[in-house]
Order: sequence, then structure tokens, then C-alpha cells
Amino acid sequence: MKIDLSINPVLVRGLLTRFIRTEITRTGFSRGVLGLSGGIDSALVAYLAAEALGPQNLLCVRMPYKTSSQDSLEHAMLVIQDLGVPYLDIPITEMADGLISRFPEMSNVRKGNIMARCRMIVLYDQSEAFQGLVIGTGNKTEILLGYSTLYGDSAHALNPIGDLYKAQVRQLAREVGVPQPILDKAPSADLWAGQTDEQELGFTYEEADQLLYLLVDQRYTPEECVEAGFRREFVETVVRRMRRNHFKRVMPPVAKITTRTVGYDFLYLRDWGT
Amino acid sequence: MKFSLALAQINTHLGDVDANLEKHLALAREAAQSGAQLVIFPELSLTGYVLQDLAATVAHRPRPDDALFRPLLEASRDLDMVVGFVEEDRRYRYYIAAAYLSAGQVVHVHRKVYLPTYGIFDEKRYFAAGDTFHAFETRFGRAGILICEDFWHVSSPYALWMDGADLFLLTSASPGRGVTDQILGSAQWVQDVNRAYSGLFTSFFVHANRVGFEDGLNFFGGSTVFDPDGRMIARAPFNEEALTVCELDLAQLRRTRIRLPLLRDERPDILLRQLEKI
Repeated sequence: MKIDLSINPVLVRGLLTRFIRTEITRTGFSRGVLGLSGGIDSALVAYLAAEALGPQNLLCVRMPYKTSSQDSLEHAMLVIQDLGVPYLDIPITEMADGLISRFPEMSNVRKGNIMARCRMIVLYDQSEAFQGLVIGTGNKTEILLGYSTLYGDSAHALNPIGDLYKAQVRQLAREVGVPQPILDKAPSADLWAGQTDEQELGFTYEEADQLLYLLVDQRYTPEECVEAGFRREFVETVVRRMRRNHFKRVMPPVAKITTRTVGYDFLYLRDWGT
Repeated sequence: MKFSLALAQINTHLGDVDANLEKHLALAREAAQSGAQLVIFPELSLTGYVLQDLAATVAHRPRPDDALFRPLLEASRDLDMVVGFVEEDRRYRYYIAAAYLSAGQVVHVHRKVYLPTYGIFDEKRYFAAGDTFHAFETRFGRAGILICEDFWHVSSPYALWMDGADLFLLTSASPGRGVTDQILGSAQWVQDVNRAYSGLFTSFFVHANRVGFEDGLNFFGGSTVFDPDGRMIARAPFNEEALTVCELDLAQLRRTRIRLPLLRDERPDILLRQLEKI
């Protein structure tokens, strides 16, 4: 079965730059803050945001931990230099190790979560200092799989690429001119040496994109996905991940005890009044 | 007879009626100065679209003593206007509505009949539905108004057609989706529907859509005017606010319908009998 995830990158580029510009300026801001990891997602958002706001209005922050790869830092610098945006280097090793060192047996997952949340603290601090909104960089594949840290990389004021699958991120990244070494390398959260997303997830983004597209966009049942040629075990894994991680996609529930409660029957868009 | 029409393709402030009113009055002035005799604003042009719990607080009654309608009716002395608003009735029901204003009078109010409540839409939660499609007389001939989802039901323009409408005034606040083709998928659909209707009903189809964002929803603009031959005679740009003025030659109705007498040959009696039997 042929599943076509191609987008018109020119159309999407225009839409997303307008989104960034509008949704930042209508709240009274004119600037953005972005954590630049050296990977394709944050690089793409940097290009879109620099185009939307003007490069001088986008602060890019590199936040390496001691195990982060040198390649990541260099790739982030390629973006910074190409765009001519202001940047800061704020290593998170001391911050993170302050907590990590208390627990010698700490798992990689816990360490990874701490790093992601340290980076969130740095970005929100820069948000106030630079007077810019934090721009998110999670793509649709990650969001649906729940491959993120709650209140870590999932914390931001707006997300321009959250409705693009990884394959579509690649198409758009080529369109906006993300440097070739970033396009070519394997996706990695870079939480420990040699980590790749696909190794950790147990399947490739290409497979996940196609399955998610059928399940979510095309409303196929899991059974229909199996009939379409996906391995049953893979389909079940992805469906389970989606459901188990849904809590990362919603606001925490408020216990309803009155006639009007935030989240249930007190409903307004963020853009209320603007 | 020829007349000049303006598509006021605007962005709106969500829930800020005063700011939107100011924009309406400014554009009405500009349209009148450009020689336009009728200006069409999009769906909910005075309030914004995803109103949710704002619906009741932005509502108005289309009367001369209403604070919102007084200045609009005053402006309608210079040119006819179609404006989008939330209407509150006497029993506190709220409708997505569009009013045709002319020479200081409210000529017609259409209450949206089809309220989409699926996918990204949640209109029935907040609004009451209208229950009629009526054509009405204007100085440019008999017209009818449809609001967004209304015109996704082919029976709506048909009902207006049978009620004598030759000039169809369509308004929407249509969120864009579908990014695989040259233009947005939803933009292509709306354009195709308008083109098909204008040809099938051998009538003028005017469509005013809005632009801008509300949270993550983008409204794409691309407002159009099609003539009775299905020819696009005006199109506003995508995604940008614009006042697009064009001329409608009403004599085209005669020329088209001599060549293609679909209206003459239409048999609503057959449809009626069928529907009664089903």
C-alpha cells in the first residue's frame, strides 16, 4: 500500500511563518526563544521563526549536558551562523548533576527527563529576560507517540510543527534550507552517547509516520492497518503508546464540584480578546 | 444593469466587537469611496469565529436602537452591507447570523441553519439553529444569504433559487486544512463548490471568507465572485486582508439563461412529490 505523506512545502512554509508571527505578536510580544539541539526539528523551527520574526528577534539557546555530542553543538552553530540570530550557550550539566548526583543508580529515563526539564527552566528564564515566547519543536509523530518529557520539551507557548509528521518535517526542512549535515543524520534526543530515537522506540519514524497517518488522519481501525500490511505487534505497540501517553497531550483534569469549572464549561481560546 | 460590489476580506479580533465595528466602518467608507454599492463581510465578522463561551456576551439585536447596529445602519446609507454577527432573540437564544443592511434599514437577517458540530467545529454547543432560507429584494435584484456550512448542503442554495434568488451572498470563516496541493484543500473545495453552483443555478455567487488565525486555526481568505456562466470574475488574495472591488453585470443573467434555460426547465414539483412519498 502506497502512503503518500508529501506536502506542498511552499504552502506550509507560508502558513507556519504567518502562524508564528500572528500568534506571537497578538499577545503583545515580538520575539521568540528557542532551544537549538542540533537536530532537524529545532533547526526547522529556527528557520521558520527567523523568517517570521526577523533573525534579530529570535534567541537561540544551546544547552549541552556533559554527555551531549560535539556534533550536536556544531550542527546547532551551523544554523545560528546561517541565520545570523543572537544565541546563548547555557550548559545544563551543573544544574542537572545537582539532582542526578544524589541518586547514583538513576536510570537513563530519569536523567533524560531531568535534562529536558532543566532546558525548559533555562528557556523560560530566557523568555522573561529576552521578552520572547518559547517556541516548541515537537512534531506530530512525537506528540502522538508521547515521545517527549512532560513539562520538559513539551512545554512552550506555541508549536508551529506539531501537525507535521517526521517525514513532512524533513520535506519542509529541505525547503527552508536547513544545512545538509542536519538533514542527513539519524534523529536523536542526544540524552546519552550514541542514543538514537529509532533504537529507543524500537521502530523507524518512517514506519511510525505511515501507521499513524492511517490511524489518526485516515481513521483506520487497528485491524484495518494490519490488513493494509502493518505487523500486528507493531500496530498494537503504537496504539498502546498513543493511549498511554495521552496525558501528555491534555491539561491535567480539574475535579469538578461547582457549576462552572475551568476546562469543562469555562471555555475560551487562548486568543480571547485579541 | 451593472453594479459594483466589494468583498471585505478581513481578520477579526476574537470577542472584541468594538474593534471589529471600527474596522467595518472604515472599510465601508473605503468601499463606498471606491464606488462600491454593496460590501460583503465574512461570517461572524463583528465578533470572530471560535467564540465558545463568548457567544452570549458578544450578541446583539439587529435594531436601530442597538449600540452596534446604529452606526452600521448609518453607514448603510452610503452603500448596502452584509455583516456577520451573533444575534440574540427575545427569548435569549443565540444565532450565527448575517444581516443585509441598506439605506438605514435592516432588510433581511439570515440565521445559519446548518451548524457544524464535528471535527474542529462545535457550533451546536453554543448556538441555536435557524430554520429558513428566504430570498429578499435588494436594489440589485433578489438575493439570498448562506453562511458557511449552509452552502455545503446543496438544498440550501436550491431553496433560495426556487425563492427567486439570482444573487447568492455566501459568507464564511473557513479554517484551512489540507496542504498537499497547490492551494489549501479546503480552499480548493470552496472554490469548486462556488464555481459549480454558479453554473448549475446560472446565478451570481459571491463568497466572502475571512483571514487570520484563532489559536492554531488559520482562515485562508481567497474570497471569490462567480458569474452565471461559472466564470470567476474576482478573487481576493489568499491569507491577506483585502478589499476587492468588482463589477457585476446583471444582464449576464439574461444572456446565460437564454443559452442555458436550467431555471425555466427546473421541476420543483417533481422533487416535492418525491420528497412527500419518501
